Amino acid sequence: MAQLAALFESWVSPDLHDSSADADIAPKRLACLMTQGEIVAGCLAPHPPHLVYAENPPQNEPVAEGGWEQLRWGYERLRESLKDVEYDAIVLLSPHWQTYVGTHFLGLPQFKSLSVDPVFPNLFRYHYDLNIDVDLTMKIHDKAAEAGLAVTMMENPDFRVDYGTITTGHMFNPEWDKPLVVISSNRSRDYYSVEVMQEMMIELGKVTREAILESGKKVVVLASNSLSHRHFTTESAIPEDMSKEHITSHAMHLWDMRMIEYFRTGQAQRILDEMPEFTEQAIAESDGGGLSWLLSTLDTPTYPATLHGYGTIIGTGNAIVEWPERNHTEGSQ
Amino acid sequence: MSQGELVGSYIVPVHPHTVLAPEQNEGWQRLRDAFDEAAKRIKEAEADLLIIYSTTWPSIIGHQIQADPNPEWVMVDHDFHALGSIPYSFNIDAEFAHAWDQANAKRGLKSRTVNYTGFPIDVGSVVALKLLNPDNSIPAVIVSSNVYANRSETTVLAKSCLDVIKATGRKAVAVTAMSLSNRMFTTPIEPKDDKIHSLKDDEWNRKILEFLGEGRLEDVGQLSRTIHKQIRVQKVVAFKPMWWLSGMNGNRNNLTGEVLAYEAIHGAGGAVVHLDPTPSGAGDKEYDEDDVEFFSGERNVLDAEGDAPLPEPLPDQSSSSSGPALWEPTTGESSVNSEAAPKPVGMYPHARRVGDLLYLSGVGPRQPGTNAIPGGPISDDQGAPLDYDIKAQTRAVVENITRILEEAGGSIDDVLDVTSFLVDMDRDFSGYNEVWAETLGKVGPTRTTLAIRALPTPIAVEMKVIAKAPQGN
Repeated sequence: MAQLAALFESWVSPDLHDSSADADIAPKRLACLMTQGEIVAGCLAPHPPHLVYAENPPQNEPVAEGGWEQLRWGYERLRESLKDVEYDAIVLLSPHWQTYVGTHFLGLPQFKSLSVDPVFPNLFRYHYDLNIDVDLTMKIHDKAAEAGLAVTMMENPDFRVDYGTITTGHMFNPEWDKPLVVISSNRSRDYYSVEVMQEMMIELGKVTREAILESGKKVVVLASNSLSHRHFTTESAIPEDMSKEHITSHAMHLWDMRMIEYFRTGQAQRILDEMPEFTEQAIAESDGGGLSWLLSTLDTPTYPATLHGYGTIIGTGNAIVEWPERNHTEGSQ
Repeated sequence: MSQGELVGSYIVPVHPHTVLAPEQNEGWQRLRDAFDEAAKRIKEAEADLLIIYSTTWPSIIGHQIQADPNPEWVMVDHDFHALGSIPYSFNIDAEFAHAWDQANAKRGLKSRTVNYTGFPIDVGSVVALKLLNPDNSIPAVIVSSNVYANRSETTVLAKSCLDVIKATGRKAVAVTAMSLSNRMFTTPIEPKDDKIHSLKDDEWNRKILEFLGEGRLEDVGQLSRTIHKQIRVQKVVAFKPMWWLSGMNGNRNNLTGEVLAYEAIHGAGGAVVHLDPTPSGAGDKEYDEDDVEFFSGERNVLDAEGDAPLPEPLPDQSSSSSGPALWEPTTGESSVNSEAAPKPVGMYPHARRVGDLLYLSGVGPRQPGTNAIPGGPISDDQGAPLDYDIKAQTRAVVENITRILEEAGGSIDDVLDVTSFLVDMDRDFSGYNEVWAETLGKVGPTRTTLAIRALPTPIAVEMKVIAKAPQGN
């Protein structure tokens, strides 16, 4: 009941209210109150392990002298933005749990182990202990199955959670005090095309949204991917030497800025429309489907997103972006 | 210590079904049986090193080489987790891993060793080592597949590995963990329903296996890009392993190949293939791409340390670009010429048959195709002396003799009389004599060894051979 009261308060309180959409928000907020479920925010939350390495949390074995501050401060701003927002769970799609036989979901209540990044083991050896919201996971899984998507619950207790999930999970919520729903990256782009991948991810996004709204829970959805994704093939002797860090090419920069402009001006549909070109030409990590899925869970938002940070990591482009869905419950327009 | 060598090569599938559930599908069981047969052959070959090139271990920062002497964990496949878990504890040759890493640097290639508790050994390597080396009795090395590497990097990676094998006297087996066609069914299937995903994939797989069964490994390597476009899903790692495996085998086309099994694993093409280094067949090959000895980088376009100087090339691997012109061997009714032997430096055939005897022209160590000199040339282009390996040169001479005799339908066992020429008797006789004892000495021809001032190319040894002509030819 306390949650309901707080939400009602946010509805009627002018200082918390988005005045730009006064006319038709009320009925939709009421509907939201009745079903209770809500996506409070959707975020693009990239996962290069360098960010955790540079933070020096106790869970990670290697020790760094800082680095990638622009992005780490971006994550700080994102956390600050959501500091006073109540939510029950985080739904996360990581491109580093790559599955070829459909979409998979972590399906046990807890996963605890050591994650060593097979690409950057010198930077990321993280002792994780995360909880799964199995009920919400099952709801999304079941809805996806009803929609005709190939889905599987991953229930092997020996399974090691991928470093993308852990990095985004840590940078977004270092306290790990919220349960997660973890969704694999179905590599349908590899098998078919960006267009087919996007069709499937948009469908998965829709059922994810429906399941969240029906669950009665408040949720943050996170797509864990970089933008342009061309790496340097060598590493500095000191990995956090920022004098060596920059985008790999001007073309990659132009693509990243184009996408960010669409984020900042509420043009999600254009992002989806240009996804094939962006994915191919910027070798973008959107190939894993996370960004398409995220925009679909947000019902293809038309309001401006907040850019909390942009920076490069070993040459790849990374943006930390928040769509404050809690202020825009009208969704698609 | 005798010079090391590759005693065999294997191609094996990567998915965990052959370890965890072979009994669920007859094809998976046949692949498992083939794995078991391969493990038996590796034992019989008395291999003392297994080298795994795995396509399921992608890397970005150069190639990575496993150097944890005893990696232990439990592997669960990202897709096929319901099949179960695979606990592993492997015996890794960390010393070889470090030596390989250093040899890569000498050839201009970026790599690094990894030694971290809990490092996730990839599914392809786990399956290969579990089944090919079940009792862990043979030390192993695992190398990643770099996502950005092209043919030059992948070929040089093999050559630097061979440098270390030879230098350390190992009897090595090379293994590529890979699928042929890699398109899987994108939905769960019943094990009994497994089959190759499409007829087109199946036909391409069978063509690849036909080549491999004939020992034509370099031909498959030359077709890698075509194969990738035709039957490979664009996953992280392209169809690179044939470049590496062919490089490990000297880019040859006359291996002895045998397909032990070919079956579907969730739609992908899985095969167990044995490639024996024993020469067979004519060895014809068509080169679309040049051989590569050193990797010269990405012209600093993407190199974070672009101002770093290029490493010094290995002196003992370079071939002389100067020297006498090469000729096509002359042809005649009784002449015998081989594509697998180095070209003459004058107008003469590789051999002539007269009655029951074959007379070979003087045979040196130069390599067919590349003209490279194993063990290195004895002098540079300006005539300055270089250090060289007489044993490597002598061994190469014997291999060239073997190829010519096989072209005539015979074998090294037919050699009757040899006249050997050494340019430095004091320095080289002992090494030459050691290789002789291991090779021609066991055949038993008569022999005369002479010291001479020079040979036409910068080589240290040449042999003049008379052999029995094969009957019926």
